[in-house]
Amino acid sequence: MSVKVRVPTQLRPLTGGAGEVEVEGVTVGEALKALDAAYPGFAERMFDEAGNLRRFVNVFVGEQDVRFLDGLATPVQPGSVVSVVPAVAGG
Amino acid sequence: MAGQVKLLRSKVLLIGAGGLGSPAAMYLAAAGVGTLGIVDMDAVDASNLQRQILHSTERIGERKVDSAKKTLTSLNPDVNVLTYDVRLGADNILDIFSGYDLVVDGGDNFPTRYLVNDASLKLGIPVVHGSIFRFEGQVSVYLPHRGPCYRCQVPEPPPPELAPSCSEAGVLGVLPGIIGSLQAMEAIKVLLGIGEPLAGRLLAYDALEGTFRTFRLNRDPQCPACSLPKEQLVIEEYDQLCLPHPVAPPPVAMPVAVPVSA
Repeated sequence: MSVKVRVPTQLRPLTGGAGEVEVEGVTVGEALKALDAAYPGFAERMFDEAGNLRRFVNVFVGEQDVRFLDGLATPVQPGSVVSVVPAVAGG
Repeated sequence: MAGQVKLLRSKVLLIGAGGLGSPAAMYLAAAGVGTLGIVDMDAVDASNLQRQILHSTERIGERKVDSAKKTLTSLNPDVNVLTYDVRLGADNILDIFSGYDLVVDGGDNFPTRYLVNDASLKLGIPVVHGSIFRFEGQVSVYLPHRGPCYRCQVPEPPPPELAPSCSEAGVLGVLPGIIGSLQAMEAIKVLLGIGEPLAGRLLAYDALEGTFRTFRLNRDPQCPACSLPKEQLVIEEYDQLCLPHPVAPPPVAMPVAVPVSA
């Protein structure tokens, strides 16, 4: 099942500059693993040693933060948009 | 008219007279906010001027807070501008924040943003957050104990190598102009109690795409800051994880990430 993943500026060098890529997966975790398989380097930036999402990266399905859903097990629907939104602090 | 009087009686503190603080301060002064406090410990540098529009070439080398005061009082002489030429720290933040109705956070580093968050919770002062990176900006409003706080959104800061500052990473000067202006708008909404402030929402602007998106933010019942009663929140300098105090020390048996030595 195809979902869109939105890639933030910081991680776009990994996708050759693309801000949105299509990947396969039925959960957020699968979609992000597919993203890393297609564009290696995402996993180490997004997951800690235990495979959990790093706490400075927010991942949303649509508008909802997966930390307050089922985390990486949160299901995605065809056409879902998964947005990776890291914290930034510049001013 | 009643709104204008309310603004005149309002006190807003700006963290930073830089990329975000510049447009925010100018619009708030132009709107007639009666008291504007500005915290910044830097001097004006030529490299700032592409985005920090409070300052100008003839002010290079001047204290930023002094330069800001000149610009703001010349824009609106009725504004009382208070300046804090200090590094915001655990030792002074509560004194500086006390008496303000709202804080506009345009800081440039994670430890300061956590410090601002915790002090605002302690004192019950709303924070209008803005942050930028290269071509992307984020805005949100934290209403203490009524909505999520910064720690609910960002429980831990990224490691320094993943969090370059604007001067290291570079930023297109118009971007903080847009984000700082949105902060001024949200500040006025909160002060006047109009509309729907961005509380519980993160507004994310992607300049290259020309898109705005909003995401839901949730109050974390386990939040180490806003789940505590404000009396228990102690303001201290933070460790590298920006953890607030008090926090229970982790049990010895808890597995911790051990850095692999090279």
